Amino acid sequence: MRTTPRRAVGALVLATAAATVLAACGSDSKDKGTDEAAGASGSKTVTLVSHDSFAASKQVLAEFTKETGYTVKVLRGGDAGAAVNQAILTKDHPRGDVFFGVDNTLLSRALDNGLFTPYTAKDLAQVPADVQLDAAEHRVTPIDSGDVCVNYDRAYFTAHHLAPPQTFADLVKPAYKNLLVTENVSTSSPGLAFLLGSAATYGDGGWQGYWKQLKSNGVEVVDGWEQAYNDRFSGSSAGKQAKGDRPLVVSYASSPPAEVVGVSPEPAQSPVGVATGTCFRQIEFAGLLHGAKNTAGGQALIDFMLGKTFQQDMPLQMYVDPVRKDAVEPPVFVKYGAKIENPATLPPDKIAADRDDWVGAWNSIVLK
Amino acid sequence: MSALRAAYDRGTRTPRGTGAAAGGVRRAGVRAALMALPLLFFAAFFAYPVGAIVTRGLHQGGSWQFGRIADVAGDAGIRHVLWFTCWQAAASTGLTLLVALPGAYAFARLDFPGRRLLRAVVTVPFVLPTVVAGSAFLALLGRDGFTDSLFGVRLDTSVWAILIAHVFFNYAVVVRTVGGLWAQLDPAQEEAARMLGASRFAAWRRVTLPALGPSVAAAALMVFLFTFTSFGVIQVLGGPMYSTLEVEIYRQTAEVFDLPTAAVLTLLQFAAVAAILALHGWTVRRRESALRLVDPALTAHRPRGAAERTLLGAVLAVVGVLILLPLGVLVARSFDTPSGYGLAFYRALGSTDGGTFSVAPWQTVGNSLRFAAIATVIALAVGGLAAAALVRRAGRLVRGFDALLMLPLGTSAVTVGFGFLIALDKPPLDLRDSWLLVPLAQALVGTPFVVRVMLPVLRAVDERLREAAAVLGASPWRVWREVELPLVSRAVAIAAGFAFAVSLGEFGATVFIARPDDPTLPVAVARLLGRAGALNYGQAMALSTVLMVVCAASLLVLESLRTTGSGEL
Repeated sequence: MRTTPRRAVGALVLATAAATVLAACGSDSKDKGTDEAAGASGSKTVTLVSHDSFAASKQVLAEFTKETGYTVKVLRGGDAGAAVNQAILTKDHPRGDVFFGVDNTLLSRALDNGLFTPYTAKDLAQVPADVQLDAAEHRVTPIDSGDVCVNYDRAYFTAHHLAPPQTFADLVKPAYKNLLVTENVSTSSPGLAFLLGSAATYGDGGWQGYWKQLKSNGVEVVDGWEQAYNDRFSGSSAGKQAKGDRPLVVSYASSPPAEVVGVSPEPAQSPVGVATGTCFRQIEFAGLLHGAKNTAGGQALIDFMLGKTFQQDMPLQMYVDPVRKDAVEPPVFVKYGAKIENPATLPPDKIAADRDDWVGAWNSIVLK
Repeated sequence: MSALRAAYDRGTRTPRGTGAAAGGVRRAGVRAALMALPLLFFAAFFAYPVGAIVTRGLHQGGSWQFGRIADVAGDAGIRHVLWFTCWQAAASTGLTLLVALPGAYAFARLDFPGRRLLRAVVTVPFVLPTVVAGSAFLALLGRDGFTDSLFGVRLDTSVWAILIAHVFFNYAVVVRTVGGLWAQLDPAQEEAARMLGASRFAAWRRVTLPALGPSVAAAALMVFLFTFTSFGVIQVLGGPMYSTLEVEIYRQTAEVFDLPTAAVLTLLQFAAVAAILALHGWTVRRRESALRLVDPALTAHRPRGAAERTLLGAVLAVVGVLILLPLGVLVARSFDTPSGYGLAFYRALGSTDGGTFSVAPWQTVGNSLRFAAIATVIALAVGGLAAAALVRRAGRLVRGFDALLMLPLGTSAVTVGFGFLIALDKPPLDLRDSWLLVPLAQALVGTPFVVRVMLPVLRAVDERLREAAAVLGASPWRVWREVELPLVSRAVAIAAGFAFAVSLGEFGATVFIARPDDPTLPVAVARLLGRAGALNYGQAMALSTVLMVVCAASLLVLESLRTTGSGEL
């Protein structure tokens, strides 16, 4: 009766001590350095706030430090929508200097809330005019673009001697009945992009009829891209394991190269193809946060993100296309990727104005 | 005779009465001291952040938008969501109890080879990201899955998929909470009832069931709150046809950015949770009684007779199909590379080439263990003190305190995550960019488990033991250390295991707490899953498998600590 409690107390003390040690040694030996640096000179760290999909290779970020003397601290949390909303909620007391990851579907929300301070990036001349959606004020700088498109399972269409669909109009043909899986527009950004693509193609009064046809042609709707692409789609390696039986899925133009990265030997073709006439272009922007502590560092970071090194690093990091005209894409993108010539687009203010109504209407057409 | 009786009563009552009054004041003081830390913790890291985000939603443009409450609550769509949220949680709770109570008995009382390992393994689903487990579940319920190939029944996208998945996730809650007490119940009492002529069932119903009541209620409450705030399961297995309050709050906060609606939905969620807590309090009150607790090692026996063998067989079959099969699917996928079965995905976890992280994915194991260890210590401290304060029942205020501790389980993770962001950003609580935020968010979810596991056992400790010790001059601290702690050390270990597992698996709030490159395991898995390609998916499966092993191993270590601690009971 005597030793027992002591042992139990001992175990607790041990656990506490262990946790404290773990906390002390692991916790932030890495960013302690940067924090101290920031505290000392007030400007050697530049903080980038972004969403969970942001990625950049170590060497490229190290090069930024070598060129400018600034160290980048990256804060990533939630998906693009959540990250933008968090930035708006904290706009009076921003968490960093630069925000990256607001796209054309969310741009108006960010600009209307006064999230950014104008800054004209150094190499803006290298960026095509059609992606400069804030060309008048330069509150945001375009960094990358990506196309949301219907992807197809090559093997399925070869086996069934069927030409894969290429356009929005193809998808409602009887030949493709019960083949397509897409995402809920209320919870998924590619799902919303596909709806916007159909609205851009069929117009304000026409997309509802199109979706009624899609529905009677057996479109399946799941909640997220992960379920659609990894579980339901038959063409992805994950979908094959999960016995997915839908050979058409709403995904990205960059999914085909992503499917072959790390696969050896390199196949002649990606198992996934892109229906090039079903695409909606998403453009992602970076902006200097209003009230940033390190304005000069933030400006340098935006310049760097538009620079050739970062732009050429992006494709394999985030599976997006660089916006810079002279950026060279990695060979795997050139070989397996699809170039989308005329993607559907909509102006950001139009998206902002109609989005909620469209989502509501889509819900009652497709889900009810 | 009656005069004698009255004299006897007077004789005994008078001294006891005065003693109780003096002790009462002292006890109230002790209770207040015990409650101080938990109250402070909940005020700072729950009430304040959640209050801040709700206020931000309802107080817009300089005035309160109370009209929104009626608008949103009156909306037919929202009412439907509220109804579905409640009934699926109730149905999931009922189904989980039905399936898991025999399991609780088998794991507590029957001795069979591999029992300890299996008890750790059934807890694994608890820590798995729902997206991952949901996907594995399709192998059980979806096309060409177990039910499809055996019975020709596909249950995916039906409400059954949601309910069965909830059983999968919460099986361990019942097995561990109820089983923990069951293992310590003195079998002699049920045996005595049988000696006196009661049938086996009658003895169980009249003796064991009432004794287990409070811990069954505690388990039911936790399963209800967990499924009430279900998010991933609903999305993966239910599809867009099903929506819970949790999903709606996420949508309104993170996507639509309609904070007033989100705030009203959060209030609705509170109201529903408060109602369920009141129901739980009402059921449990006065049911708890002192029990004879014995060393669990003495109560377990090899299965005897056909009935016990059948029961054990059925429990093992359920565990095999419901839990081991989906977990096995994930493990198999982690080895299934494009060039045949191999370790390629595990090797990839060690490199930074994938681009998903600037650290190698395997390093997230260290992050997760570190955060979970700290969160467990916080949850044990806060929850342990709270449970100690709640041992002796008292007035409404203290019961309210008990309910308050449960609220985080029934609150949306996105509300807490966003609340942290806007509330904890200025001194003295300037924690927005601190690593501590992650374990704090995790501890918030772990604490209710600690309280609910410890309380039924603490209350079962015979009050006379405490009084005897106090009469002999022991200080309250010494009474706790030498009388209560030995009896409840098993509960402490179970509570620690829960808190650890909860922290290890916590995803909702953690994902919104943006931190420089120290993602936890579940966050890393989610990031990998969000990218196309065999390598990313394979790594997600491999990392999930690592998460399972880490969870099971940690629980085994925690349990062995307990065994050495209670050997002399």
